[in-house]
Amino acid sequence: MIDLKKLAFASTIALAAGIGAAQAQGDLTVAVQLEPPHLDPTSAAAGAIDDVVYSNIFEGLTRFMSDGTVVPGLAESWEISDDGLVYTFKLREGVTFHDGTAMDAEDVKFSLDRARAEDSVNAQKALFTSISDVAIIDPLTVRVTLSEPNGLFLFNMAWGDAVIVAPESIDTIKTNPIGTGAFRFVNWVQGDRIDIEKNPEYWGTPARLDNATFKFISDPTAAFAAVMAEDVDMFSTFPSPENLPQFEADPRFQVLVGSTEGETILAINNKLPPFDNVKVREAVAHAIDRQAIIDGAMFGLGTPIGTHFAPHHPAYVDLTANSAHDPDKARALLAEAGFPDGFETTLHLPPPSYARRGGEIIAAQLAAVGIKAEITNVEWAQWLETVFKGKNFGLTIVSHTEPMDIGIYARPDYYFQYDNKAFQDLIAELNKTTDPNERTALLQQAQTVIANDFVNGFLFQLAKPVVAKIGLEGFWVNAPTQAVDLTAVGWTE
Amino acid sequence: MNRNLIIGGLLSSLFVLAALLSFVWTPFDHAAMDIPAKLKLPGAPHWFGTDHFGRDMFSMIMVGARTSIAVALVAVGIGMALGVPLGLTAAARKGSWLDELIMRGNDLVFAFPSLVIAILITAVFGAGALNAIIAIGIFNIPVFARITRSAALSLWERDFILTARVSGKSSARISFEHILPNVMNLLIVQGTIQFSLGILAEAGLSYVGLGAQPPTPSWGRMLADAQTMVSFAPHLALVPGMAIILTVLGLNLMGDGLRDYLDPRLRVVRT
Repeated sequence: MIDLKKLAFASTIALAAGIGAAQAQGDLTVAVQLEPPHLDPTSAAAGAIDDVVYSNIFEGLTRFMSDGTVVPGLAESWEISDDGLVYTFKLREGVTFHDGTAMDAEDVKFSLDRARAEDSVNAQKALFTSISDVAIIDPLTVRVTLSEPNGLFLFNMAWGDAVIVAPESIDTIKTNPIGTGAFRFVNWVQGDRIDIEKNPEYWGTPARLDNATFKFISDPTAAFAAVMAEDVDMFSTFPSPENLPQFEADPRFQVLVGSTEGETILAINNKLPPFDNVKVREAVAHAIDRQAIIDGAMFGLGTPIGTHFAPHHPAYVDLTANSAHDPDKARALLAEAGFPDGFETTLHLPPPSYARRGGEIIAAQLAAVGIKAEITNVEWAQWLETVFKGKNFGLTIVSHTEPMDIGIYARPDYYFQYDNKAFQDLIAELNKTTDPNERTALLQQAQTVIANDFVNGFLFQLAKPVVAKIGLEGFWVNAPTQAVDLTAVGWTE
Repeated sequence: MNRNLIIGGLLSSLFVLAALLSFVWTPFDHAAMDIPAKLKLPGAPHWFGTDHFGRDMFSMIMVGARTSIAVALVAVGIGMALGVPLGLTAAARKGSWLDELIMRGNDLVFAFPSLVIAILITAVFGAGALNAIIAIGIFNIPVFARITRSAALSLWERDFILTARVSGKSSARISFEHILPNVMNLLIVQGTIQFSLGILAEAGLSYVGLGAQPPTPSWGRMLADAQTMVSFAPHLALVPGMAIILTVLGLNLMGDGLRDYLDPRLRVVRT
């Protein structure tokens, strides 16, 4: 009898616990490292904005799936003219913005015209430069005319920078974003969190979650504590790879390591002597031991790269052997370049551990061949000011997380200041090419050119570790673009 | 000799010796990375284990002692070199506008939370050991100025000073020839205490990334680096943490012991 009582008592508790868990089924707290400066993805480069709004709040004509494929978004279908210049988009019917207004051709024209305008502050204006005209055929049909064929046009339209916004709400978009997505913006407590809720009027598959909260935790120790204490249900891109084995060993959590578009490079100021000498850059490349950096700074997380291209992309060429670790060769090259005793330079390191720890390792590796790199640790704001805008640096470490961004090497005013006419022509030709095979050939040629010019020290492809509670499913493991897409996320029954 | 002085002196000299020895010998090159051998627990040949880059912790602690001691020593030196003359001047001109100016200036510096200002200084002028020294040094000035002034004030009332004044010595000469030697004991005691606080401040600044920059080893930064790894490699935090605790404890004990031994007020009681 006593046993039965105990059993009944235990099942009551289990029932109560079950109810408790069921109530939380529709809620999710997800942590990301950085708080966005504001919430308009069409007017800033900050990836932290896309983390919160991409696909959740804002949608574009096309969109990325987790595996990197581009699928229809607000455009249901499209037709491309034979010369590749005219795209006719058929928009979905019955799509409304969160404020109740209809999403139609007007909004598409407004968004594209705004992004490509002369005074546009869009961080990726290059995505729109090939557009010469946007015309409204009827409320659900838009015709986009390009000035030249662009093989990447549909891909470009999937970026967070190309989402469709409404003219009615554009003035307050930075603090109160009104989009068409499966979630609505609710509240932003600066310095702490952003709340979003399910959009019941959503045109597509409704979100599984009722409420979601984004928390901002950049400190690795705080991140570890928050996950361990179950203050957050999921951490997208966990900051300290060294803690992952502990989560893996813990039955409460699942750890998934996905790929990102983040080429982590030792950026070299190509205009600053002695780095204007290709021999010196080659010496730097051979002084670096990638595996030591991946093991030491990332605890093994990351894929070595030999050029500025994502290894999971079909057009990737493995050029790591081109800049294999060879200190003797590095010393010989330095001597050839006129620096038998090496030289001194600076190494600016932004906060992420790939940079701070990787920087210490690289400084030691450079010192071994005679290059004395003085380390300066900087915050992101300072990095943007001094390195990215001011170009006042010798070396720096950063991860370029934009997809398909080899084109930055064709911009001579870009912060590492690589100026090669042949390469610029190559990229111009690539942009015009629509044939997939020809594109692959050109992309591979481009990868080889920058690898042979040793523009930067190509280190590794950043991995994306996601830590989530057991029972959570539907989140992105790979990051084809910076996003924490919650539209398919839910708890298993 | 009292017990505090002996224990404190032994602990402090241990670290000073380690720092001095590091100039000529360390078990391993403190900067040499050996990533496959990372996070080794203490044992032969790495007596304090290895860090996350496979560097020898024992060597890093030895060279780190050098950083800590150098920063704290110079900072205390700045404090003494500027604070003591200011205190002597204020005492000699007691009640004058100069005295007021010096002492209110002292109050002003005291009123700021020292570590916050140190962070501000290093943030504005850049992180590095030199700026850390200046930041910590500035906050030592009022400490020494105040203690010098209060001790000197009572000395100025004494008969031997009166004799000196009557014989025509200038107040500057009296300050340096008669007052200074008599406050020296106090300054040595205070200097020891400030030295230990300087080591703590250096560790604190390095911990937040504003002290000595890599690759110069620093105990504070070793602690900061260890943060995320404490749960699986506790020696990473324990080793520099114990080094800081023992050094500061040793210097404080030594300061207490020296006070018993040197402070004239306490000496009178004992005899």
